[in-house]
Amino acid sequence: MAFELPPLPYSHDALEPFMSAQTLNLHHGKHHQAYVTNLNNLVKDTPMASMSLEEVVKASYGDASKQGIFNNAGQHWNHILFWQCMRKNGGGSIPGELERRLKSDFGSVEQFKEAFTQAGVTQFGSGWAWLVEDGGKLKVTKTPNGENPLAHGQKALLGCDVWEHSYYLDYQNRRPDYIKAFLDNLVNWEFVAQRLAA
Amino acid sequence: MGHAEIDRRRLLVTGAAAALIVAVRPHLVLAQAGAGPFSLPALPYPESALEPHVDAQTMGLHHGRHHKAYVDNVNRLLESHGELQRLSALELLRRLPEVPDAIRTGLRNNLGGHVNHTMFWSIMGPGKGGAPVGETAAAIERDFGGFDAFKQRFNAAGLGQFGSGWAFVTVEPGTGKLAVAAAPNQDTPLMEGRPVLMGNDVWEHAYYLKYQNRRADYLNAWWNVVDWAAVDRRYAAIRRGEAII
Ligand SMILES: [Fe+2]
Ligand SMILES: [Fe+2]
Repeated sequence: MAFELPPLPYSHDALEPFMSAQTLNLHHGKHHQAYVTNLNNLVKDTPMASMSLEEVVKASYGDASKQGIFNNAGQHWNHILFWQCMRKNGGGSIPGELERRLKSDFGSVEQFKEAFTQAGVTQFGSGWAWLVEDGGKLKVTKTPNGENPLAHGQKALLGCDVWEHSYYLDYQNRRPDYIKAFLDNLVNWEFVAQRLAA
Repeated sequence: MGHAEIDRRRLLVTGAAAALIVAVRPHLVLAQAGAGPFSLPALPYPESALEPHVDAQTMGLHHGRHHKAYVDNVNRLLESHGELQRLSALELLRRLPEVPDAIRTGLRNNLGGHVNHTMFWSIMGPGKGGAPVGETAAAIERDFGGFDAFKQRFNAAGLGQFGSGWAFVTVEPGTGKLAVAAAPNQDTPLMEGRPVLMGNDVWEHAYYLKYQNRRADYLNAWWNVVDWAAVDRRYAAIRRGEAII
């Protein structure tokens, strides 16, 4: 069965004004769709066509001959997570257990947000900022292009797309403003907490 | 902006004496600018000059924000490395492996960004486009079998660069043979000692406001703003063995 673009878990204008409907339309309907289409074309008639997305990401990572497959599979996986990491009227208070873990591993929620922002701002070029669980600890990481925590054997809890297509129409070159809006007004903390508990 | 910097820019834009670009030691400019060895070259045309192919808002942000940030970052990185401030951009890029670990990646990204964008502004212009001229036209015919085949190769390189990066045309020293190469982020063939004839920026910031996800459309439209006379002056300078960015 071919890989498919999942519908957005909210309407295209649900994240206004922090993420515009135009951005979300293009990001989901064009960029994410292109990764899905490219992935299906690349794995067609190969053993990977019958693997799960997770298996394709892991099996193609680090294999130069499968770089194109990894790029598109990684981005398909990343965007599926990304859409769920946001919601209308997001941000706000963080569920107790997640907040406790953030405080214990970063010192405070503010320090976590600083580390996450720093990761996103310093990811040169295209890529992602992440909150992951790795070896029982919460960590902030960053990855280039389509790379992700799954490929690194970490559990991704929260991902922020810092490819310019995520924010250029709404924030232009001001990536720090976009990441601040993401953390303060877009993150679905209940979803992040559920991933941590899972 | 000091006189030396203005002269440096004019040389770059006209290409008439490209060799002097690297001969002008950046620290001489520093003495006048006072903010670091490198400075943002002025755009050689108004921000709206490349409309409708490249919109004025994109040009303003691209030059005034993105390129400026690269320049500011390079100067900040070199602040505590006086010994490196004596080197030209080209020398620094070629000697990145010798640069202290703490600033190597930063220099690679930001100095790469500075030289790539400096080249980029200088090979575009209003009312340009059309077909290659002079020795460049002959070399494109010889090495690619024609302008259309060349454009196809170049556009494919730009389209195939996953994420942020550039499509370049490099010149083989000695033979003058042209080749198309893609590079990620702000890497440049200059880092491997390969002269750059021309290049197109395929970071999303270069086209997103006007073309959004349609990078292929941007790549096609870009040929309308290429200043082939400027490219041909670069080709002549490179074949004379002059070191240009
Ligand atoms: Fe994206
Ligand atoms: Fe750029």
